[in-house]
Amino acid sequence: MGVGIEVVDLNAWYGVTHTLKDITLNIPPNSATALIGPSGCGKSTFVRCLNRMHETNPAARATGTVKVGDRDIYRDASPVEIRRRIGMVFQRPNPFPTMSIYDNVASGLKLNGFRNRKVLDEVVERSLKQSALWEEVKDDLKKKSGASLSGGQQQRLCIARALAVDPEVLLMDEPASALDPVSTSKIEDLIFNLKNEYTIVIVTHNMQQAARVAENTGFFLMGQLVEFTSTNVIFTKPKDKRTEDYITGRFG
Amino acid sequence: MRVKFHKNLDELKERLLVMAGLAEQAVQRSIEAYRTRDLSLCDLVFQSEPAINRFEREVDQMALDLLAMEQPMAVDLRFLYAVLRINADLERVGDQAVNIAARVQEMTAQASAELPVDIPKLANLSSAMVRKSLQSLIEANSEMAHSVLAMDDEVDAMNSDAFHAITELVQRKPDLAPQALNALIIARNLERVGDHATNIAEDVIFWVEGADVRHSSDSRSEKRDVEETS
Repeated sequence: MGVGIEVVDLNAWYGVTHTLKDITLNIPPNSATALIGPSGCGKSTFVRCLNRMHETNPAARATGTVKVGDRDIYRDASPVEIRRRIGMVFQRPNPFPTMSIYDNVASGLKLNGFRNRKVLDEVVERSLKQSALWEEVKDDLKKKSGASLSGGQQQRLCIARALAVDPEVLLMDEPASALDPVSTSKIEDLIFNLKNEYTIVIVTHNMQQAARVAENTGFFLMGQLVEFTSTNVIFTKPKDKRTEDYITGRFG
Repeated sequence: MRVKFHKNLDELKERLLVMAGLAEQAVQRSIEAYRTRDLSLCDLVFQSEPAINRFEREVDQMALDLLAMEQPMAVDLRFLYAVLRINADLERVGDQAVNIAARVQEMTAQASAELPVDIPKLANLSSAMVRKSLQSLIEANSEMAHSVLAMDDEVDAMNSDAFHAITELVQRKPDLAPQALNALIIARNLERVGDHATNIAEDVIFWVEGADVRHSSDSRSEKRDVEETS
């Protein structure tokens, strides 16, 4: 099951650049939360702080509290454990090109020491079914490489890879921005189905996509969280004029 | 900046206001026809109806195209929603003018009679509501739109008074029933014009404030009824 995420006074820097300023919000469990805002507003930095990927950049640092479930990820857990509990899918599908479809999905488990073939088979099948890819690849699991799939299939393979380690939260950083409308629709259907079991946070530039998939939406601007509320409120009557100007294209 | 989209929204608003002008003019002409018994004004009202109907279809289509192709959000979405609703109300205002003109045609064939209902006064008030609601649309002024809602009670009261006075007249002088009933129907048409102006004002408030104030007078009345019975 998904867990809630509680963020309190989160600040982040790249070198001397203050990229996130005093972010406080609660992301409910088993829901999809969309983050929108112009390029450079801090939304991607924010999701990277949720699984401690931000700190992989030597010049980056973060302060504040991020609780996933009841655990403070900056104080009570190691980065490795956190990244297992919080999966991430990126803008460009990034399957391991030389690995088979099967090994791509199983890679996370193998890295964590799982070797039991029967368990691996079950997890690979379950993950590919969850990512709605099973029917398309079940006959070629070990014959084809991940790189041989189409862009949309590769993205669903990456989602299957993230799900295989049984995370509680799935972070998606513009997961459909490089995909055609049909593949985009499949990813959005996936989000709808997956939020029964996971908490999903999605960064998107596509506001219609945010409106379609998310229960709650946050608007970031220049490192600040301007507004965070129900998606239907954000897109019909946002409280802050900056939000309204952005989503109606009057920004800038 | 979505320059083309916002230019299209401005054009849509202008189109709606042209239609509003036609509908408002039709009501004024129908009332002037009542006052002067000038049947040529009735003809002008009838002639304006197809143009109003054409505008209704055009405005609907423009709004629908913008919804489909621009996928508006927030204040723009509320504006298009309001336009679609206001468009329908304006078309109905035009219909009320046609109904009034038809009654006036009948009345001119009947003997002139002194009737206990001040149609011009009721018409002035209803027309003022329409004008003010449209001005609130032009200025995106929700405060002005709120003031229209308050005027509706007065129109309703005048219509109710007309009903009682006409009923009493018909009982007293049955031979005046045809003229009296036509006047009563015209009063009812004008009350409906006031209702459409109220709807337009509510839509302006929704557009500007994002607040749905429809039927808030119902809840006020219910509250008043409860207080009176307790």
